[in-house]
Amino acid sequence: MIRIEGLHHQIAGAEVLRGIDLTLPEGGVTALIGPNGAGKSTLLSLIARLIRVQRGRIEIGGHVVGQTRDRDLARVVAVLAQGAHVSARLRVAELVGFGRYPWHLGRPGAADHAAVDAALERFDLTGLRHRFLDELSGGQRQRAFVAMAFAQDTPYLLLDEPLNNLDIAAARDLMTLVRGLADEAGRTVVIVLHDINYATAFADRLVVLKQGQVVAQGAPGEVVSAPLLADVFGTAARVEQIDGRPVVLV
Amino acid sequence: MRLAGLGLLALLIVASLLIGAADMSAQGLLTTAEGRALLFESRLPRTLAAVLAGAGLAVSGQVMQVLARNRFVEPMTAGAGQSAALGLLICLLLLPGASIGAKMAAASVAALAGSLGLMALIRPLPPSQPLLVPLVALVYGGVIGGVVTFIAWQGDLMQLLGTWLTGELSGVLRGRYELLWIAAGASALTYLIADRLTLLTLGEDAARALGLNVGLVTAAAVAAVSVVTAMVVVTIGSLPFVGLVVPNLTARLAGDNLRRALPLTALAGAGLVLAADLLGRVVRAPYEVPAATMITVIGAAAFVVLLNRGTARV
Ligand SMILES: Nc1ncnc2c1ncn2[C@@H]1O[C@H](COP(=O)(O)OP(=O)(O)OP(=O)(O)O)[C@@H](O)[C@H]1O
Ligand SMILES: [Mg+2]
Repeated sequence: MIRIEGLHHQIAGAEVLRGIDLTLPEGGVTALIGPNGAGKSTLLSLIARLIRVQRGRIEIGGHVVGQTRDRDLARVVAVLAQGAHVSARLRVAELVGFGRYPWHLGRPGAADHAAVDAALERFDLTGLRHRFLDELSGGQRQRAFVAMAFAQDTPYLLLDEPLNNLDIAAARDLMTLVRGLADEAGRTVVIVLHDINYATAFADRLVVLKQGQVVAQGAPGEVVSAPLLADVFGTAARVEQIDGRPVVLV
Repeated sequence: MRLAGLGLLALLIVASLLIGAADMSAQGLLTTAEGRALLFESRLPRTLAAVLAGAGLAVSGQVMQVLARNRFVEPMTAGAGQSAALGLLICLLLLPGASIGAKMAAASVAALAGSLGLMALIRPLPPSQPLLVPLVALVYGGVIGGVVTFIAWQGDLMQLLGTWLTGELSGVLRGRYELLWIAAGASALTYLIADRLTLLTLGEDAARALGLNVGLVTAAAVAAVSVVTAMVVVTIGSLPFVGLVVPNLTARLAGDNLRRALPLTALAGAGLVLAADLLGRVVRAPYEVPAATMITVIGAAAFVVLLNRGTARV
């Protein structure tokens, strides 16, 4: 469970998060949506302790962020930052192998190699394992990064806009894999998405952020509506029900 | 590839033991007392010095590039080398009769300060402008170099300064190169933490999210790089370009996973310095061209080629 209480955050004097109270249950996929600058990445980075909590409290899997050692939290939560980019020439298998670091601390054993193989297999990267990252397509590279987060084998997985630059096939494939992580591997996934249709199609829960506050949350069918889009995004898009779920017509 | 490299290095070592100003056959080197003296007092130390310095400089160049997240910096020209000379100079001016240990410590501490200064300078630079880092590093190194020259000129130590700024191996004798084993030890330390260093290439945040103690690893690496640089400057003088050209070449072949790349880098660095020294001994024998000069010629040419082909990748 992720429990957030009274979370405020300031960057350069500006209030970026303004009193977030949020409880995300164990398991399933939660999509974080909201306009640019709403504070989604900031919230994710705070949960992943990449930035220090200024005011409020975050608890993840029973660990209080800020009071738990980095290396302990590394076994609890994995994070894929927005626009993760590596300029180093690393091979796919090496990158995925880094996900095992919290477990082997520099001395990978047989179990770690097996975990890497399993992650490569699951993300359909086995044939590409010896390729350098700069020899992959954007979608393949993105898959490699998610595979690294998966290999970290943490109960919680935070993904910030993993669908950036992906075509429809790659995006659907990746979301199907993410869905599988929750359904089959029992992971708790929090994912920032911009395309609300992906969010309604693949997530169990939506959390809508606007100007640093949670303005709506719940099952996709309860949350997504034309008035909400008008309010949060300031855009007049139609919402239709197709197969029992809301679909935004753009 | 490593085997071929090892073979080549072995050949160079043998050649380095056989070739020199004194005319002596291979047999003579081993059988006559005079030959053995030449071998163990001069040629073997000189060869070992080239191998240790070359390997150490190439490795520390690669480590520095990981720390700076930029392929175009190396400690010798980016402030650490000049700072080591500055430390030596200050030590000589304040304690004229300083022991070798004191000189070594002064050079190391100064190199460390120089490296830390560079890290602080380049930290705020935007990663989207990869050429800013080498530019700043070059200017930074140049400024420290200028201070060193000024002090040396005031203190009438220009000649001595020349020997530190132009690395060459003709003065290497038994008893005068052993500090380089410390450089070798520092390089070996970076190999021990190679996996952790490679994690840094993912970026500081990602490394921390994986539980890496980023501060500790960075500190250890900066210390190792500084010690290597200082030991080389104290023993044979500054050797530029080794730390730049060699890691760039090996990264092309072996990638940036340091556990894979560092052994190859060490091998190639040793080979480059040894080859440069050998070449310097034979081009205008019986006179010698300093190894640093030979390397600058080879290295500058290689760097231009790298820059032309490499910017797209970085
Ligand atoms: N380093 C920074 N310096 C100043 N302001 C910042 C910084 N990082 C974020 N902000 C501000 O904080 C607010 C929230 O940013 P955040 O990155 O969390 O938004 P986001 O919801 O992830 O947006 P996007 O959808 O564009 O990724 C924005 O108004 C942004 O301008
Ligand atoms: Mg964001």
